Amino acid sequence: MIPELGYGATVAAFVLALWGAVAAAMSARTGRAALLRSGERAAVGAWVLITACIALMLYAFLTFDFSVQYVAVNTNRGTPFYYRITALWGALEGSIVLWSWMLSIYTLIVVVQYRRRQPELYPWVLSVMLGILAFFLLVMTIPAPPFERLTPIPADGRGLNPLLQDSGMITHPVALYLGFTGFTVPFAFAMAALVVGRTGEEWITITRRWTIIAWYFLSLGLLIGGWWSCHVLGWGGYWAWDPVENAAFMPWLTGTAFLHSVMIQERRSMLKLWNLALIILTFGLTIFGTFLTRSGIIGSVHSFTQGSIGVFFLGFLALVLLGSFSLLASRIERLRAEGVLDSVVTRESMFLLNNLFLVAATFTVFFGTVFPLLSEAVRGVKISVGAPFFNLVNIPVFLALLFLMGVGPLIAWRRASGANLKRNFLKPVVAGLVAAGTLRALGVANGLVLTAMALVVFVAGTIALDLFRAVRARRRSGDDWGAATWGLLLRQNRRYGGFIVHLGILVISLGVAGSQAWSVQKEVTLDRGQSMELAGYQVRFDGLSGSEESNHAKVTGTFTVTNGRAGGDVLHPAKKFYPQEQTPIAAVDYRLGFFEDIYLVLGDFASDGSHATVKLQVNRMVSWLWLGGLVLTLGAALAILPDARRPA
Amino acid sequence: MSRRGKFVAGGLVIAAAIAYLIWAGVSQSVVYFVTPSELLAAPVPSKTYRLGGLVEKGSLKWEPKSLDLSFTLSDGKASVPVRHKGPAPDLFAEGRGAVVEGSWTKDGYFKSSLILAKHSEEYKAPQDGAQPGYKELMKSLRGDGK
Repeated sequence: MIPELGYGATVAAFVLALWGAVAAAMSARTGRAALLRSGERAAVGAWVLITACIALMLYAFLTFDFSVQYVAVNTNRGTPFYYRITALWGALEGSIVLWSWMLSIYTLIVVVQYRRRQPELYPWVLSVMLGILAFFLLVMTIPAPPFERLTPIPADGRGLNPLLQDSGMITHPVALYLGFTGFTVPFAFAMAALVVGRTGEEWITITRRWTIIAWYFLSLGLLIGGWWSCHVLGWGGYWAWDPVENAAFMPWLTGTAFLHSVMIQERRSMLKLWNLALIILTFGLTIFGTFLTRSGIIGSVHSFTQGSIGVFFLGFLALVLLGSFSLLASRIERLRAEGVLDSVVTRESMFLLNNLFLVAATFTVFFGTVFPLLSEAVRGVKISVGAPFFNLVNIPVFLALLFLMGVGPLIAWRRASGANLKRNFLKPVVAGLVAAGTLRALGVANGLVLTAMALVVFVAGTIALDLFRAVRARRRSGDDWGAATWGLLLRQNRRYGGFIVHLGILVISLGVAGSQAWSVQKEVTLDRGQSMELAGYQVRFDGLSGSEESNHAKVTGTFTVTNGRAGGDVLHPAKKFYPQEQTPIAAVDYRLGFFEDIYLVLGDFASDGSHATVKLQVNRMVSWLWLGGLVLTLGAALAILPDARRPA
Repeated sequence: MSRRGKFVAGGLVIAAAIAYLIWAGVSQSVVYFVTPSELLAAPVPSKTYRLGGLVEKGSLKWEPKSLDLSFTLSDGKASVPVRHKGPAPDLFAEGRGAVVEGSWTKDGYFKSSLILAKHSEEYKAPQDGAQPGYKELMKSLRGDGK
């Protein structure tokens, strides 16, 4: 029953979304309000139906309805109930349902917020958003139907991919998709502005908060993905330049460029064309990323299937890019800059540089991801470009971006005088150099790490200096330090929200630099009672034990870890044997610390428990990534608060 | 030079630098995928390859004390002996596909520095026999008395 109900709801939602898109566009052309109201009702209807799809799917998962193929493949009777809920987005078909659902929610919020406030742009925004929603519903109808019926109904299902049975997988896709779908809103406003011909700053001002929200969720999704990778897949490795990671990283890079370049348009009425191109590119990259990861074109744990879905996404991507860029071309005469660049050393040019580097980074990531595919398709030679390529090309670019992060926010608009430069940057530059010198004296020899540390201290110095001066100025009006700081953050929330996000990025940068330079690992086979040593840690192998869990069997090792400073700690790395997999899967045990994480991975073992191979990793400063994510969250929250003061 | 000229020149310099980085990056880090028969047809010692094939049944040997892992990878036409330091990763087993990264040595074997086991996504009916002897393993571990 559920397959038919679900399929019916999907088709009906598709028809409604398509009708809504057409009706909203027609109402904009003809001015007939009844059509627009019909489009709005279609949007609400589509949301109700997609919500029903989700409810049906959840019901099927919770009641083990294996007549639904998706349920049979992604769950079995032993799957704990929370993984039966997250199995909803554990594979291709369900993830498209989640995507559509979020998009329909965003559409509803747009309807509620802008139907009265933006009468001219709104019908086109609604039309674009419903059009995109219709595409995803089409995918749910033809190439990737989540409600495919399975006959005969099996007694038990296959079970969720064991790698996805982890807490990170509960939140990672949700955050990532909120980010991906969030960029639809600024994209839709950009398209509406182009159609109507109001290509000024309006669409940017309206969607500023949306862009930050989308960017924030995308950042969060990337970080949670790193966290998952860290303790499930990579054991301390949070980033591997895997095509799937790159697919999510590219829209993040262009989205970041967009967040910065819109400030130039707001302030100086420049870069109109560039901003439109960037948001088109960002939205296009979210679709491209889905194509890359969901079409099976690149073999990876995320590439669930192969099928016609790739053709759908590629076709849609072509449609989006052709449509939006030809719209852009038809409005080109309206997109002339009103401001001009007055001088080379200005905030405008720093932002331009920032954009140039971010787009260059996007291009290199794109190139490295797609080049192997092209090589195989064109020359018939299978090659791979791995992490060394991405690191070599991107490290200089990211260091340059760090430098600009310090310079950009404080240098003067239009023309920076020598006095302005000295006042804002002399002390931070000195601080950065002193920091690098101190670290060098302490024995840090890695040039890249020293450069990164110097830049981080420099940027933190500029932020601290700016904040200190602004707070001191407010102090003169009689506030104490706490009240002055708090008042400043709230009054200029956009500026200081941005600074706090920058601080978060700095903390993440420290984590990246430190972990790359200072992490160590060692792998040995230990007899029971035998110990090994690495970086001040002693690990003793105490034995093995077996147990049966609800949906898998487990062999657990007991290891005592001591480091001389504190008492011993007992770690339990394990191997899990899932019936649906032919080989076991390692479950790492770890202890997180501020400076050091230790990871213990059980490799091979003797079945009588007499010896076991174990890998000890001492990963340094990885926790700073998560800490940075927390700071970034605070900053983003501050930046999206309503502006306390009237926009200048 | 005009202001516009300065911006264009600066942009070009940066674009050229990045193009150079990409070129250098690709030429330094590109790794060719080969099959066992392609490798054996023209092996170049100490060049990095990715070698893909099936782990031949009965070829897997593991020395826990020295962490020596050896097996042969085959494509049906040719097979290449592979040596690796460290235990087999998850998803690695005889009769399954695997890709190893490393180089050919003059001593006639492929020295692997990285094993990428292939994750199989095809539907497998769940059954106890999926992992040979895992019930016995459970038993022996339990009998082990910890």
